Amino acid sequence: MLIKEVKTLIGKDIKLELKQKYVLNGILLYLLSTIFVTYLAFEEVLTTETWNSLFWIILLFVGVNGIGKSFVQESPARYIYYYTIASPQAVVLSKILYNLLLMAILALLSFGMFLLLMGNRLVNLELFLLALLLGSFGLSSILTMVAAIASRASNNFSLMAVLSFPIILPLLLTLMKLSRLALTGSDWSGTAGPLVILLTINFAVIILAYLLFPYLWRD
Amino acid sequence: MTDKIKITGLWWKLLGFLLLLYAVIYGFIVEIPYLDVTKESLRNVFYHVGMWFGMFAMLATSFIFSLRYLRGFHEKEDIVAVEAVNVGILFGILGLITGMIWAKNTWGAFWVRDPKLDGAAVGMFIYLAYMVLRGSIDDIHKRAKVSAVFNIFAFILWIVFVMVLPRISGSTIHPGQDGAPIMALNLSSSTRVVFYPAMAGWILLGFWIMNLRVRMRKLRMKNEE
Repeated sequence: MLIKEVKTLIGKDIKLELKQKYVLNGILLYLLSTIFVTYLAFEEVLTTETWNSLFWIILLFVGVNGIGKSFVQESPARYIYYYTIASPQAVVLSKILYNLLLMAILALLSFGMFLLLMGNRLVNLELFLLALLLGSFGLSSILTMVAAIASRASNNFSLMAVLSFPIILPLLLTLMKLSRLALTGSDWSGTAGPLVILLTINFAVIILAYLLFPYLWRD
Repeated sequence: MTDKIKITGLWWKLLGFLLLLYAVIYGFIVEIPYLDVTKESLRNVFYHVGMWFGMFAMLATSFIFSLRYLRGFHEKEDIVAVEAVNVGILFGILGLITGMIWAKNTWGAFWVRDPKLDGAAVGMFIYLAYMVLRGSIDDIHKRAKVSAVFNIFAFILWIVFVMVLPRISGSTIHPGQDGAPIMALNLSSSTRVVFYPAMAGWILLGFWIMNLRVRMRKLRMKNEE
């Protein structure tokens, strides 16, 4: 039942996104132009450390902008309709999974742009892709939850950043640590710790979202 | 319901006052281990660390009351949650100030890169954001519900952050951690005589201020009705 609802809702979100292409195009262009501005701003070749930090910071900003609209995109009346046909758990899980898809696409695109413009520093591609996947998942789940919170308040967009930046730090710093390992060495030694932390954070956030979202869903 | 929230009575306030009085007076008299780096500044442990104990007690209280709010939606519990955060922020700022003055004299800079300092700063950002969130919702029931959800979500992630950070960003130079250059918190028995009562005193003071603020807010609400 839950799975069926989640599937239907994800399908709805994808259709909606493809129908209102300007939202998706806007976020893609935001990503590309941010990376290009950064590329022009740094004249010398980036060190591995700067490459890594810039990559994740840009992805964070793109995520905040891309996911921030999750609960304000449709009209309030439409949400009242959803109350009557779907459970809140299905709504939040479908949003997280849909945003995971969005973040994964944005992360891969951002990665491609970095390879093109900022130079290839990669020595362990598999590890970096794993970091991208876990990162997309974590960013998607935390930011979806924050988007749900911010959507209940006025001045939604500045709140989105203010609320999410401090609480996303454990995830972001662990991701940076993991991808730094992928940029500096080809072996997998030392990756177990960060991987366990990332999985724990993702797991905890999903549980919290599942339990807390019903309180946000209805007035 | 109200009796559970209001810890009325004189005894614990008096106890908190006496413990702090004792800590302030005896904290400057007691024999402390003399270390080359810290010298007399080691006495800061009675006050600076107390601020963090107080802050943590307040934020944990706020977390518990947010959980309780979501169970029954009683407005009183939301009031305790927000006032606990207010006092927590006050203690946090005092903790930052006392820490920074100490750091300038010991490490030579007001701020250094260190997991403990960063964890504290992030905690401040989270709870200032909590106050901004509350400010941007007009309806009181909605405000209580949404901010309770954020409080629970953020507190847990903050605890994760504080636990995770030392593991990923290397060792700390802050006293009180294994391997830190100054093991000041490896307290001598003479320091402990002041340290533990001082910690209890700061926590009780926190509850006292919170209690006053909660009562004030309730009176103001009654007045408006």
